[in-house]
Amino acid sequence: MASITILLDKCTGCTLCVKACPFGAIHMAGKKAVIDMAKCTLCGACAAACRFSAIELKKDGGPKKDLSGYKDVWVFCEQKGGAIQSISFELLGEGRKLADKLGVKLCAVILGAGLEEKMDELSHRGADRIYLVDHPALKNYQDDPYTEVLVKLAEEYKPEVILCGATTIGRSLVSRVAIKIGAGLTADCTQLDIDAAERLLLQTRPAFGGNIMATIITPNHRPQMATVRHKVMKEAAIDKNHRAEVISKTYPEEVFKSRTRLLDIVAEIGETVNLSEADIIVSGGRGMGGKEGFALLGELTKALGGAVGAARSAVDADWIPYSHQVGQTGKTVCPKLYIACGISGQIQHLIGMQSSKVIVAINKDPDAPIFKIATYGIVGDVFDIVPALTKEFGRILKK
Amino acid sequence: MNIIVCIKQVPNTTDVRIDPVTNTLIREGVESVINPFDAYAIEEAVRLKERCGGKVTVLTMGPPQAENALREALSLGCDEAVLVSDRKFAGSDTWATSYTLAAAIRKIGDFDLVLCGKQASDGDTAQVGPGISAHLDIPQVTYVKKVVEISAELAKVERMTEEGYDVVETPLPCLLTVVKEINTPRMPSMKGLMRAKSAKPLKWTADDIEAEPAALGLDGSPTRVVKIFTPEQRKGGEMLRGDTADVSRELVELLKDIVI
Repeated sequence: MASITILLDKCTGCTLCVKACPFGAIHMAGKKAVIDMAKCTLCGACAAACRFSAIELKKDGGPKKDLSGYKDVWVFCEQKGGAIQSISFELLGEGRKLADKLGVKLCAVILGAGLEEKMDELSHRGADRIYLVDHPALKNYQDDPYTEVLVKLAEEYKPEVILCGATTIGRSLVSRVAIKIGAGLTADCTQLDIDAAERLLLQTRPAFGGNIMATIITPNHRPQMATVRHKVMKEAAIDKNHRAEVISKTYPEEVFKSRTRLLDIVAEIGETVNLSEADIIVSGGRGMGGKEGFALLGELTKALGGAVGAARSAVDADWIPYSHQVGQTGKTVCPKLYIACGISGQIQHLIGMQSSKVIVAINKDPDAPIFKIATYGIVGDVFDIVPALTKEFGRILKK
Repeated sequence: MNIIVCIKQVPNTTDVRIDPVTNTLIREGVESVINPFDAYAIEEAVRLKERCGGKVTVLTMGPPQAENALREALSLGCDEAVLVSDRKFAGSDTWATSYTLAAAIRKIGDFDLVLCGKQASDGDTAQVGPGISAHLDIPQVTYVKKVVEISAELAKVERMTEEGYDVVETPLPCLLTVVKEINTPRMPSMKGLMRAKSAKPLKWTADDIEAEPAALGLDGSPTRVVKIFTPEQRKGGEMLRGDTADVSRELVELLKDIVI
């Protein structure tokens, strides 16, 4: 059984571990760290923080496995209605760097129906090889056949790394696949790198509520699987001369069986773009006063070509549907520009948008917490400023 | 209809404050609550029971004090509660957690539906729900925003997507993970509170759920944390001052390169 021990001869009493423990399980006694085992969850945060190797986290993981048969970096490329989703291009961009560091091939994996003509589009994004499984049952995402096919592919070709978007589809799919093939899976990574000596994928993600970053590895299992957030990685450039080798796989019919049945696909968001993929988000909170306030945000959004977001209070008041909600109980977004209008900036909202590249806050309360994280802040009336911005942006964008 | 709801006890984020000097979370005095998404799963389970009959069993894996979360679930209308708790579970990642919960669900036995919140607010992985259904080899539908129809054999549900929603039909038994839009959770009733107070949740150890020791806790977890660090705190930037026309023009000028 796993255990954790403070090596008293190495502990200097520096208290780094006390600060690092997310569970308040460490205190100092006589200048040495002491772990309260009733509170400790063996999460490893203290051992990772200790600069003196004074915390020994022992794991009984069985014998070291031979992992040498696993190679290549795979990117699961998501398609909807035959259109390859932009997150796939972001992952191919990042996957290329990882594959080069490992000295292996970058492979795109795509499942769908009638995708033959999409192969060039994937090729041009730099994949060395494409695994294509084309079957009518794979036209739209369904958990069972997608899981079966990805498991079969991974078992046959043994990739070292599998990357997937942290999307509705991605999170549902690879969570199942990781269990079936006994792989490690890290959710929602915002940074990836390679430890070339150990051939490890270094997976960094916000942890313990988003105020701490954790780097996670999968030492003794392959493939190393990770989902990656939208808009964090840079899209692979298009190279029309690049050619990938296409491996088209077929399987017996039973592999494509689904217990669930997809009856209908309903598009709701209409003319606005998908929130997680938007480069610009104009978001409103309680300060927008009602549906009329959101109509103003709609006009600004239209001028900028972005998507409308909302704080929980506005959704709870029924001013805008839940699908627009940003924050802890809504979506996590990372656009190039986030304009927060009439949003005070509760921690639950900040968790969902604080990694946006530029944040603009407009609020009549000069003490609103949102100003503490905003790149640019304006204290004033949203009902004056938002229409003025719509007009100004309209003017420069027309040129 | 027998329904199992899996819940997790998490720190209440409304209590979370950041130490301005060390930039770390201040955890003292932070109370533990039921993960917000699990509250919707509990409510949906109780509503389905009221509609179709049967019973709701609430299940959690955690330290002994997670019993408080179970009592709260009982006060909200769940009928039975199970706490799986053992030092052997310490260090579980999502693989080991879903393995443990799946083993507990097998021990509970007769079930038609497993409900989970879409993700926990502390880990944010959304991996445990699908992980449980993979271990149990039952169908799943994630991000469910509405149960349209349900019978002893079939459920028709709406799954939220980035663009709208899918309508999906699934045979039972199955696992659903739910989003906030599915319902508005009720407040506990006086009767519920009284019952919760005197209830005795079942407490199971690793041996009780007949789990494979090597698949539990840190030993059974493929992933491991190797480094933690505090991200650079975002600092408030520039405040723009002046009348509406001035600040609008100034802001548009500053953002020109991003929006064009």
